[in-house]
Parts: sequence; C-alpha cells; structure tokens
Amino acid sequence: MVLLAYTVVGGLLMPVPRLDILNETIRNLYFHVPMWFTMLALYGAAVVYSVKFLRTGNMKEDIYAKQFTNTGIVFSIMGMLTGMEWAQFTWGAAWSNDPKQLGTAMSMLIYFAYLILRSGIKDEEKRARISAVYNIFAFAMLIPLVFILPRMVDSLHPGNGGNPAFSKYDLDSDMRLVFYPAVIGWVLLGFWIASLATRIGILKYKSEND
Amino acid sequence: MMNNKIIFITIALVLAAAQVNAETEMADTFRSNGKIYVVIAVLTTIFAGIFAYIVYLDRKITKIEKTTKQ
Repeated sequence: MVLLAYTVVGGLLMPVPRLDILNETIRNLYFHVPMWFTMLALYGAAVVYSVKFLRTGNMKEDIYAKQFTNTGIVFSIMGMLTGMEWAQFTWGAAWSNDPKQLGTAMSMLIYFAYLILRSGIKDEEKRARISAVYNIFAFAMLIPLVFILPRMVDSLHPGNGGNPAFSKYDLDSDMRLVFYPAVIGWVLLGFWIASLATRIGILKYKSEND
Repeated sequence: MMNNKIIFITIALVLAAAQVNAETEMADTFRSNGKIYVVIAVLTTIFAGIFAYIVYLDRKITKIEKTTKQ
C-alpha cells in the first residue's frame, strides 16, 4: 500500500528525463511495465501450483493455480489496454501490428483458452489434471512469444530489435528510485488480490463439497 | 520550485505545440501539457481494471454466502 502510494505520487511528481515524443508519458513506465511484471509473476506462481498439483493431486493446489492465472489475466488485460493508450499517443496508433503487440496478444489468447478449457471439462479431477498440464505449456509458450520472438525482429517497443529496454532511462537514478518500488508494489498487490481470489475459491469448493 | 515548474510547463507546451504543427495529428488535448493526460488515462484504466475485478470477487462471495445460508 505504502509502496503503491509512493509510486503514484512519486511517479507523477518526481523529475523524469525529458525525451522527445514520449514527453511526460515516460511516467507510464511506473504503471504499464509493472502490470506485465505482475502478470509474469502470477503466471509463474500458477505454474508452480500446477506442478505441485500434478505431484500431489491436492485439489487446493488446482484452485491456487486457477485463481493465480485468473488474476494474471486481469493484469495482462490492464497491461494491454495501458500499452495501447500509450501507443496511441507515441507510436501514432493504438494497434500497429508491432511484433511485441502480436506476441502478447497471442499469449493472451493462449491464456483465454485456458479458461475455456477449464469451463469445458465437467469432471473435477480430469479438469484439474488437464488444465495443470496446459498451464505449464502456456507459460512455456508465453516466454518466447513475449520475450524472445519480438527481440529477433524490428519492433517499436523498447527492449526489442536493437531497441534496448531501459538504456536511455537506466542512467537516470531518479527514475530507478520510483521504478523499483513500483514493480515490487504492483507485484505484491497482484499476489494479494490473487490470494483473496484463492481464498474465495477454496470457500466455494468447501461449500460445494459439504 | 515554482519557477522550475513554469519553465517545465512552457518547455512541455512548446514541445507539444511543435509536434502538433509538424504532424498535424488530431486529439490534441491528449497531446498538450507534455502528454500528461495519457498517464492519467493509463492510471484510470488500471483503477477501473482492479475495481472491476474486485466487484467480480464481491459477486462470487455473495453467491457463496447464499449457498452456505441454505
């Protein structure tokens, strides 16, 4: 909470480097980028719980995996929307079929398919097993789609195609002062929301199986 | 401090104006004042997203409360 309050206030008021085209939107770095960090952390946790489920067969782990994926999807949607808003005013169009955009869109579709897959299987045991395996594969697809493929072609997105991620801003210690707490704050918020969702999921599971 | 702010805003305005003139793009409000409105839009989106998710969770809790009462 403190970290996020600091992020919002500091992110809006602290000095930032003055860059062409980006202008003040560089401040979005504190909000748009941590969305993806949070998504990645949540999906990563979901994979851990999926593996745990496959090893133990404990339904609780399945609920964890599901809810962490759900929350990850919420953050990916927010990341995508904020990215499009940012692109509209810096790249000139919300959607320019940029490799980074396409890769993320594909990975989002893969995770939407996870939800559909889950709702399509009636048998609880089977659903948990198949979706755990799917979740692991989905994460394995996410990494190349979002982090490797866009880097091999030209992209407008920083960090891709000879367009290094933070090199311009890395030198600015003022931005680091806000950016690192921002990432930690948003990731913690993501985990907190996911744990709330999980607790609800477990309550629901219990009330259904009494 | 105040002086700095004024200088900064002027520079931002000049930059924004230069861009608008050079590219004749539309939706100028969002491009003025150093595009700070884009940051506001981004923050609003995140706020709306988190809020929507909390409402969704709230509904789920209500459902469970109903089933446990019965």
